[in-house]
Amino acid sequence: MLEINDLHAGIGDREILRGISLRVNAGEVHAVMGPNGSGKSTLAQVLAGNPTYEVTGGSVTYNGQDLLEMDPEVRAQNGIFLAFQYPVEIPGVSNAYFLRSAYNEIRKAKGQEEVDPLEFLDLVEQKLKLVDMDESMLSRSVNQGFSGGEKKRNEIFQMAVLAPRLAILDETDSGLDIDALRIVAEGVNKLRSPENATIVVTHYQRLLNYIVPDFVHVLASGRIVKSGGKELALELEEKGYDWLQNTATAGSAGAVA
Amino acid sequence: MSDIAATIPLEVEAARPRSERGVAVRAPGAIEIYRQDFDRQPAAPRWLQSLREHGFARFEALGFPTTKNEDWHFTSVAPISEQPFTLASLTDATAATGSERREAPRRKADAFGQLGVRPADVEGFGFGESGWHTLVFVNGAYSPELSSADGEVVAGSLAHAIEAGNPAVERYLGRIATFDQHAFTALNTAFVEDGAFIEILPEAVVELPIHLVFVSEGDTVSHPRNLIVAGRHSRATVVETYVSLRDGTYFTNAVTEVVVGEGAHLDHYKIQRESELAFHVGTVQAKQEANSQFHSFSFAVGGSLARTNIYTALDGDAATCTLNGLYLTDGSQHIDNQTSIEHIAPNCPSHEVYKGVLDGRSHGVFNGKVYVHPEAQKTDGKQSNNNLLLSPQARIDTKPQLEIFADDVKCTHGATVGRLDDVAMFYLNSRGIGPERARTLLTYAFAADVLESIELAAVRESLEKAVLSRFSA
Repeated sequence: MLEINDLHAGIGDREILRGISLRVNAGEVHAVMGPNGSGKSTLAQVLAGNPTYEVTGGSVTYNGQDLLEMDPEVRAQNGIFLAFQYPVEIPGVSNAYFLRSAYNEIRKAKGQEEVDPLEFLDLVEQKLKLVDMDESMLSRSVNQGFSGGEKKRNEIFQMAVLAPRLAILDETDSGLDIDALRIVAEGVNKLRSPENATIVVTHYQRLLNYIVPDFVHVLASGRIVKSGGKELALELEEKGYDWLQNTATAGSAGAVA
Repeated sequence: MSDIAATIPLEVEAARPRSERGVAVRAPGAIEIYRQDFDRQPAAPRWLQSLREHGFARFEALGFPTTKNEDWHFTSVAPISEQPFTLASLTDATAATGSERREAPRRKADAFGQLGVRPADVEGFGFGESGWHTLVFVNGAYSPELSSADGEVVAGSLAHAIEAGNPAVERYLGRIATFDQHAFTALNTAFVEDGAFIEILPEAVVELPIHLVFVSEGDTVSHPRNLIVAGRHSRATVVETYVSLRDGTYFTNAVTEVVVGEGAHLDHYKIQRESELAFHVGTVQAKQEANSQFHSFSFAVGGSLARTNIYTALDGDAATCTLNGLYLTDGSQHIDNQTSIEHIAPNCPSHEVYKGVLDGRSHGVFNGKVYVHPEAQKTDGKQSNNNLLLSPQARIDTKPQLEIFADDVKCTHGATVGRLDDVAMFYLNSRGIGPERARTLLTYAFAADVLESIELAAVRESLEKAVLSRFSA
């Protein structure tokens, strides 16, 4: 589904990703871990097409297409979804209007008919339950006045409605209490399927107790320094990131799978 | 009412000519044209004739404001002062009925036929609600044929009220809208003839809004003058809409005087949707008595050069006001919004939010004055002005102005100027919404925020639609 090859990217003259290679197949969940500043959020943003970052080398192929050539909205229309670390507040636009616009843009891109507000309401009702949110949130402005937990749940709610093929969760666990974490993780797990893939970007192992990954990759200084199975996350939790940074000879070793 | 009477400038003769005040004297041409029309005006009752004369004398003394005048620093009115507008009521009447223009009712009937404004047009200027009290003015003259106001309210033509000798008219007209320093108000006062007169009786609650529709076209000038008197503990909503049927280079110079009696609650909306070639100066000036509430919303989108002044004086204990507004400019438009809140009495809260969205090579101006008198302790004033620039050539000059002479007050103000947020843009893009649509949504959101403060659902929804369609590429 996704093939990243020797990806280099940064902001201005500062290179943040320094040769990332990673392959993600349908049905898989990959965890990308690493200390602050290792480049894991940059990877998530670059995959979603954030124009702040400049890709300086390498390639990314998504379902056989050149992902880097696609505008961010085209990526979304082709099934890529980024759950933001810091979801954006948009005063004056209701969640319902925002999400229906997104939903319909994606449908239009697929040559499908747009849905009207009533049809849309039917569609989102059960998705709201998935993240334990009340219908009243639909009429509130996007993320405005939401608590940290509500914002993250709203990201997962959007993901549930937009039904992406490749979901990228950027530090979705940061700032969540244990209850919210469980709700968010359950939401993600219910959306797992053999056709979809998920990349979970996280600093802590905690989230991976709930969203169990098939593969774990550790980033340091813009490179993947170690890849392994879910037990790698536990090992990291025990030994800390220093353990790998000190033995970062793995260099730009590609991922398994 | 002696306090009000004191504000009328009766020493007009004593005013020094402009040249002595060090202000450049402009070419006399345009003022001379106004003088000719002033002399041609039909006769009025003595008190009104005297008011008009004071108005004209003051206008002649002040002349058109220049950018050296602090209140006009960012707005040059040269396009207005250099154009020889003639008075609409004279030209319309001449064309329609020849020499019979003195006969007011006949002239108005003919104005309807001549300018071709139809009831269906007026309906289009409404807010999709039926049953509102609607008064329609064509180039400033009341049109009974197009209007519908039932007996629930005293709302009708000012010209009729003057003719009928309504005592409230003589009592208040020219007493609220001061013209000693305001040239356009002085000019309007010189030409007081018609407009709306609305009297809400004490304790009366007028459920349905009163809608004043000013339809203009051609290349003339009209000076609509409105007087709204809200009696003690009364409640009403007045909407003023300024529109045109066709592109015209006309000039509307409107003044609305508002008396908000003790404990009264008046909601006022000014919807400025003039022709994009037109000139508009509109002043709403209120005086609030104790415990009264005055809520104003000003929407400005039309005109090539447009200026709106919303002024209120909190002249009684615990009077409240909100002055909110939204201006949308594009092309080469120049839209200026000036507000003034004068805290005269103590314990008065005032709230103000103005937002602007500026595109093309347009120029917006906001000037918000809050003046707190020494007696006005416990004043609670909040003001903000936020602007969104959609193009690199668009320009905004914003100037919050606080003058505080009391020591126990809370006053805040702030102004922002920004462009569309890149992070929000990317957020929308990442959800599948392309740049054009995202720009529409974000711009709409910025503007809709202040529309949410509109109490009257029909107006709020209508403006939301107007804003959305304007920003839909």
